Amino acid sequence: MSSSATHRGAAVVEVTDLHKSFGSNHVLRGLDATIRQGEVVCVIGPSGSGKSTFLRCINLLEQPTSGSIKVGGEEVTDPDCDIDAIRRNMGMVFQQFNLFPHLSVLDNCTVAQTTVLKRGKEEAETKARDNLEKVGLSDKADAYPAQLSGGQQQRVAIARALSMDPKLMLFDEPTSALDPELVGDVLSVMRRLATEGMTMFVVTHEMAFAREVADRVIFMDGGSIVEEGVPSQVIGSPTEERTRVFLQRVLDPTHVDPGAEDEAHAERHRAAAAAAGSTPGVPLDPQR
Amino acid sequence: MSTAITDAPAKKKLSPRRRAQRIRWTQYALLVAFVIAFALGADWGQIQSVFFRSDLVKATLTEGLPNAFKNTLVYTAGAFVLGLLLGTVLALMRLSSVGPYRWISTAWIEFFRGLPAIVVFIAFSLLPLAFEGLVIPYDPYGTVWVALGLVASAYMAETIRAGIQAVPPGQIEAARSLGMPAGVATRKIILPQAFRIITPPLTNEVILLVKDSSLVYVLGLSAAGYELTKYGRDLASSNANLTPLVVAGFCYLVITLPLSYVVRRMEARQKKER
Repeated sequence: MSSSATHRGAAVVEVTDLHKSFGSNHVLRGLDATIRQGEVVCVIGPSGSGKSTFLRCINLLEQPTSGSIKVGGEEVTDPDCDIDAIRRNMGMVFQQFNLFPHLSVLDNCTVAQTTVLKRGKEEAETKARDNLEKVGLSDKADAYPAQLSGGQQQRVAIARALSMDPKLMLFDEPTSALDPELVGDVLSVMRRLATEGMTMFVVTHEMAFAREVADRVIFMDGGSIVEEGVPSQVIGSPTEERTRVFLQRVLDPTHVDPGAEDEAHAERHRAAAAAAGSTPGVPLDPQR
Repeated sequence: MSTAITDAPAKKKLSPRRRAQRIRWTQYALLVAFVIAFALGADWGQIQSVFFRSDLVKATLTEGLPNAFKNTLVYTAGAFVLGLLLGTVLALMRLSSVGPYRWISTAWIEFFRGLPAIVVFIAFSLLPLAFEGLVIPYDPYGTVWVALGLVASAYMAETIRAGIQAVPPGQIEAARSLGMPAGVATRKIILPQAFRIITPPLTNEVILLVKDSSLVYVLGLSAAGYELTKYGRDLASSNANLTPLVVAGFCYLVITLPLSYVVRRMEARQKKER
């Protein structure tokens, strides 16, 4: 199934027939995917399509119901696998940032280095400052997360993940919780990471970013991969109807197809008429 | 003036705000009347000689009060430390994935929360009789610490558990995603945040402990081990006057009022941060 357009390098992640259920809710219905060294893969799709669950299965934040996930050749679903060691090599960026609020920005970036990688304090701080510089926040090293804007917090989260020298970065809708004017800074950091050759797996709603940066786009719907390929194909000229419908909604949200518009218009009129008929006086609430 | 909108009934009715104002004035008037009646009716001389006899105040303050005050503090501090350590272990057990740990800690918490503290203390006073040769070290402090600490641990465990659960799940996910093993994530990420959240309720526990330490007299302590209540009560009964007890009571307020002030400050600050 992995009809990857760009075979840059060895497979970093190999997913075969991945299933995930929450109770009776079958969220992932047999996914197959490969992420190769140096590749940027973007996953797009409507909300509830299982994109985030898919990503969270890769570092085992969600336990798959069945199927195989190999990271660097190691089967992460195997109980004998050292998941902490695998996670060390895999940076994760969350939608809600999840910075540690009791630690300064610098300590956020060093705490895992010193406790997990056993790096010395000095080495860890140098590494942290380098990465903060990279995301453009070297002046915020001593600030606390609560003092930063959402966009700054998310960039710190990226620096925190990078400080572990990961081989792969997972992004779970990194800009979805941000105010629109803050999205750009985070995306440009990610864009730069991509050009530096970082292997990235990005769940996103930013079509422009996917089109520009991704080597490959995966479109998911209803827990399955519907379409997969280079961005110009999947986003530019999708072959599947479901992909087309989704992209039309996302890329042109003000567009409503004519039939639906007439219906909505009529509905509004009926509602207005009903409201006018029932309360002929002043509809103002005197309490206000 | 107000008739245009509400097409008012013919009978003149007080507006809600006018009515509320009238009720408020009635309450003030009642209060003033009550205070005047009390000031005129009370036998001030008698009140003073029963509750605030100056020579007894002096005697209470000088005799054994510093020692009793110190004992109350030491009992409370020791019990707090023990309760905190034990409570943390119990809270972690309560949240453990190992069933029996959960059961044990639940049983412990329910048992010691359900019993009156004084029953636990009476049981401890009888322990040396029941188990011959049983010696709890650092007498009398050891016994008090253990007895009071056991009771405190049950309450604190519940507070700490609530604090741990109040840390957003994203925190543990972020920590584990960085490759931290569960233990490291708990120590470095979860517990520091949990304790920040529970500092105010935990300080309230200290206030409760200060007061509960007044019950340890049932352990049958020697005079050197008296705390404020026992000390004040003995003096009060030997003098047939309440003044020593009043002085002891004030000493409790000296400890607890600053603590509750601190709690209020911390709560206000947490509210602002959120």
